[in-house]
Amino acid sequence: MNTDHPRHASAFASHCAAPDNPAMSAFTYSDALIGRVLDETRTIAMVGASANWVRPSNFAMKYLQEKGYRVIPVNPGSAGEEIHGEKCYAALADIPDRFDMVDIFRRSEDAGGIVVEAIALKDSKGIHTIWMQLGVIDEAAAARAEAAGLTVIMDRCPKIEFGRLHHELSWSGINSGVISSKRPRLRLRS
Amino acid sequence: MNDTPRKPFGFETRAIHAGAAPDAATGARNTPIHHSTAYVFDDVDHAASLFNLQTFGFIYSRLTNPTVAVLEERVANLENGRAACAAGSGHAAQFLAFFTFMEPGDHFVASRNLYGGSITQFGVSFKKLGWHCSFADPLDPETFRDALQENSKAIFIESVSNPSSVIGDIEEIAKIAREAGIPLIVDNTMASPYLINPIDHGADIVIHSTTKYLNGHGNSMGGMIVESGKFDWAQNDKFPSMTKPDEAYHGLTFYETFGDFGFTMRIRAVALRDFGPSLSPTNAFMTLTGIETLPLRMTRHVENAEKVAGYLEDHPKIAWVSYAGLRSSPSQRNKLKYFPKGCGGVFTFGLRGGYDAGRKLVEGCVLHSHLANVGDTRSLILHPASTTHRQLTEEQQVAAGAGPDVVRISVGIETTDDIIGDLDQALSEV
Repeated sequence: MNTDHPRHASAFASHCAAPDNPAMSAFTYSDALIGRVLDETRTIAMVGASANWVRPSNFAMKYLQEKGYRVIPVNPGSAGEEIHGEKCYAALADIPDRFDMVDIFRRSEDAGGIVVEAIALKDSKGIHTIWMQLGVIDEAAAARAEAAGLTVIMDRCPKIEFGRLHHELSWSGINSGVISSKRPRLRLRS
Repeated sequence: MNDTPRKPFGFETRAIHAGAAPDAATGARNTPIHHSTAYVFDDVDHAASLFNLQTFGFIYSRLTNPTVAVLEERVANLENGRAACAAGSGHAAQFLAFFTFMEPGDHFVASRNLYGGSITQFGVSFKKLGWHCSFADPLDPETFRDALQENSKAIFIESVSNPSSVIGDIEEIAKIAREAGIPLIVDNTMASPYLINPIDHGADIVIHSTTKYLNGHGNSMGGMIVESGKFDWAQNDKFPSMTKPDEAYHGLTFYETFGDFGFTMRIRAVALRDFGPSLSPTNAFMTLTGIETLPLRMTRHVENAEKVAGYLEDHPKIAWVSYAGLRSSPSQRNKLKYFPKGCGGVFTFGLRGGYDAGRKLVEGCVLHSHLANVGDTRSLILHPASTTHRQLTEEQQVAAGAGPDVVRISVGIETTDDIIGDLDQALSEV
């Protein structure tokens, strides 16, 4: 069902492993970094958001909306239509509003071009973060984005990471790796 | 907080904290017992997303329960696993694990040194489902390779065997499973994750009867299946349940969709859904409380067991002692390789006076309880051939280390001198 993504691209699925995260990935991000990105982000442009309800991108978008984020879908195939109440655009440059994060829900080979667009728009749109989904990896593009002053997270899903850091992933018996004496929050801090 | 990943927490810290957080609504610090069968949906869309496995949340306690989930994550964490699913008992956990990847007509190879109930479950009851099991010798890993067939789907061993404390070479057996493209399942009940993490030695799935050392107080039944997250279910065509679309979930493919926790998701969303042996939240709470002191208890169980084994080995009325912690054990090499902190508190011994002497000893103890459990704070004693291994043939009993002269002991954490004193007075009457 995830033919538009190279491997386990579900909004649940996870092949990531940092010391802070018991799963497997070549990329290491601290809980503090991921937590800060998720806390400071308000508006996400989701490239590859699908109008099809069985697609992981569709339910990841819905989940993030429920947590308090504004998610703007970008997908040429659905441009002009609405997905979960938000107008869909053909390209990042077509979005009239500002957005903090670009979430790339596309194949790794498409990530480079999207990163080039994001770097060009970073000042006019206020972009801080490039986020590439699980299995989406482009180290050269990541290095270019970082050189342009952007924070980059690769091979992760913001839905899983939000759920992991806010204790929801644990509800399915999944090892979140999180140990904290603080009360979990179930929504984005307003 | 800075952005450098922090040093991993130690086992003792994780035994107390992993999986648990203050309650989001009330701030309750200890894990509440959520005695609720069901959970409200925000709206019809929310309900549909939950039923489609598209969002996180609770539906019905047969599948997930907030108290049980804390226990699942804690055991997954302590076993260095990716995810876990609880069941009402260790036997239920074993059934759910096999159901999740076995098809009728499939085969697996198990150690012949297993808890008697597992030998019966595998050899008799599973056969009715069309699942066939061959038994191999854990002290001779090549016997597992020899027993493999075209339709073999797993290898199953106990990290330390119940009752006779046999330890196989886990890494060698894991290699044989890996070469066959099938998972190694390790029952880690007798050691607990404090003494060994089988996943670190190549196990793909770890099973527990949490009733034993994890709970540790003999007050609650429970079982657990832990997934390493490292087994590639798509490497061959042996596991269609994991790699082919599931009609009940709109064509969802568990391994593709949930990746390294796909096995756990399928146990829950299919096996637990359809057979229903879920764990009670009260039992989960009791087990969570028990796990908080697991490192302290295991250290003490091992200390006492080593002393009791040494005492018995020197006793003139004792013919032999089968404890991997003793130099005389054929498992000693594997014990030294895999169990630096000791190999638990359960072992067997035989009396020179045979069956009658063993029976007199069991009945003559006044501190040791004569009952069919292990891994309790209390010292326990039992004659397996007439109880836990009763349903086996004498040949199977001997093969499982539970022949007619065998007495099983589960050394508790009472005062060491009192445990030895009780055995001493009972032996004097034999």
